[in-house]
Amino acid sequence: MKQALAIVRHELKLFLSDPRSVVVGIVTPILLATFFGFLFSGQGRHEAAKIPVLVADADGSAVSSAVVAGLAADPLLAVTQATEAAAREAVRKGKAVAAVVLPVGFGEGSVRAFFGASKAPEIVLLVDPSRATEAGLVRGLLSEKVFRESSREAFGGSSGTTVLQESLRNLEADPAPATPERETLEQLLRDVTRWKESTTGGQGGAATQTRGPGSAAPFTLKEEPVTARRGVTYNSYAHSFAGMGIQFLLFVALDFGIAFLLERQGGIWKRLRAAPLSRSSLLAGKATAGALVGLISVGATFAFGIVVLGVRIQGSIPGFLLILVSSALMASSFGLLLAALGKTPGATRGLSILAILLLVMLGGGWVPAFVFPEWLRTATLVLPTRWAIDGLDAVTWRGAGLVAGALPAAAVLFGYAALFLLVARLRFRWTDG
Amino acid sequence: MTPALEVSGLRKSYGAVAALSGVSFRVGEGTIVGLLGPNGAGKTTTVSIICSLLPADGGEVLVDGAPLAGDTDRAKGRLGLVPQELALYDELTADDNLRFFGALQGLEGARLSSRIDDVLRLAGLADRRRDRVRTFSGGMKRRLNLAAGLLHDPKVLLLDEPTAGVDPQSRNAIFESLEALRAAGKAILYTTHYMEEAERLCDRVVIVDHGRVVANGTAEELGRLLPAASGPELDAEARAAVALLSARGIAVPGVDGGKPRLEEVFLHLTGHALRDDR
Repeated sequence: MKQALAIVRHELKLFLSDPRSVVVGIVTPILLATFFGFLFSGQGRHEAAKIPVLVADADGSAVSSAVVAGLAADPLLAVTQATEAAAREAVRKGKAVAAVVLPVGFGEGSVRAFFGASKAPEIVLLVDPSRATEAGLVRGLLSEKVFRESSREAFGGSSGTTVLQESLRNLEADPAPATPERETLEQLLRDVTRWKESTTGGQGGAATQTRGPGSAAPFTLKEEPVTARRGVTYNSYAHSFAGMGIQFLLFVALDFGIAFLLERQGGIWKRLRAAPLSRSSLLAGKATAGALVGLISVGATFAFGIVVLGVRIQGSIPGFLLILVSSALMASSFGLLLAALGKTPGATRGLSILAILLLVMLGGGWVPAFVFPEWLRTATLVLPTRWAIDGLDAVTWRGAGLVAGALPAAAVLFGYAALFLLVARLRFRWTDG
Repeated sequence: MTPALEVSGLRKSYGAVAALSGVSFRVGEGTIVGLLGPNGAGKTTTVSIICSLLPADGGEVLVDGAPLAGDTDRAKGRLGLVPQELALYDELTADDNLRFFGALQGLEGARLSSRIDDVLRLAGLADRRRDRVRTFSGGMKRRLNLAAGLLHDPKVLLLDEPTAGVDPQSRNAIFESLEALRAAGKAILYTTHYMEEAERLCDRVVIVDHGRVVANGTAEELGRLLPAASGPELDAEARAAVALLSARGIAVPGVDGGKPRLEEVFLHLTGHALRDDR
């Protein structure tokens, strides 16, 4: 028993004396749990949840304008008007969660449809398929606005009165034999007409949110996921493989950095430094090797996704390869930076794991960046992981091209690689002692 | 004649602590010079400065009469370093290790292959070249460690405790290799804690302590540094016994026919107090 207690005491002392253990075992879970709790607690939602939505109003009627105004007034939405083509492109690029396309004749058609006078007009809702939750919210808000404005026009607007009378005339002139349903509808239309005359003197205009009793839906909704091209379905594995590919690219780089530190602890570092080899060549060789191993890792990950899970590069293949190469180089340089700043392999590993998890998490690798508060979504643009993951999303399922989709991300990633290498070069302890 | 390696007036401080305070010595071609000293005396610092792992605060290191100029100076190839640590990749084969270290020294192609053959033969590992280093014994790793330092055929060999933790057979094999290298004209600086190794191998011994050279000479010359009274007073019978033992090749410390052991000289010069690494 005493020996067992001695072992317990000894192990606890070892645990507490190792910074890596303390970081991995205590600090990391606290940070991650706090972060995720913050994200999903709703704190800061007032600044977080403005969902970017575009509206293409081809109708320009009172009803459609009122719907647009209703959407714009909603505190959850950030509404911008655009043409249908521009709206579609913005959703494809991930700049907007959804786009509402109100067709020509929507206003009159929705009122007619309300009383079953004609077929309901079709509203097209273009959605970003990777943001299904937000798109669902937009769908609900849109339905509410359209119902409200259509019913307001039907029961209070002048076009509602016209449509009521026209519908009633059509029913009365219909030579078909009367049915109980038809008689009920005729009675309903007469009652509504009388009610409108009693409340407005037959002039209309009194706003009401009363829904038409027994009325039909004033619109139909066609939801269209916007991917690279029409007909291309969204594959959710594309995003998860981008996130995990970048995460494990960084872990591979960490292993490289740790191996470098171990070389330093052993005599291999002395052999390297005693050889006629420049510091830049040494770092360049290490960075290139790390990048190649990282490329194998992320390449194999995506190969599995492509072959087994149907992930497709819908955009530029050279762009995809460029982002992989720049990401791998960024990661290997990051590994060298860890080796330059770290003192011992153990302590460096613990802190680096924490850094990598934060980089990937904040880069949108675990949960998409759109769930972040607005300030955090903006702030994370300084992270290379965010550019890598967004870039891979862009050239895979979003179908972005080389120039628009890949080059900006690759430029940022190459820039980070150069920065990490420069700092590693400057901060590396090149001499013993 | 210009010595293969000349160290003059080396100075190095770590903050307020002076690690080296004017260390000077020479290593000529075809000689082995032992660098001895207690822990923290400055041996490793000296070796590190010689092979450019550490900048000196003052003094000079000349290889073949010329100073080394920067990381990429090809003259660094005239130095071969055998670190105290086993500077090998355990997961690679002996051949792969040597190919990598040879490439760092600018060797390639047939020349590299030929040198690998030579050093593996010298280390007695030619038949294990395709085996991973992790399968080697400690002695085999030590021999491969030595072989890696010889790949580029350096003129000067710097050995930092090359026999630490090896079995007698491997130690003997290393000694024979070093003697062969000396015979081939190599200049060898041999750092060790084992006095009997220095006595067997070294043509000259440099003893450093507190960053200074406290003795530099052959074992015989160093023996003269002992005070005459340091040996015990022997009566006639004792002297006869010592002579008998000496004739049979058995040494008696301090009274070995007038030849004091190097360890006595070392302790006399550096003291008996325990030294710990800084």
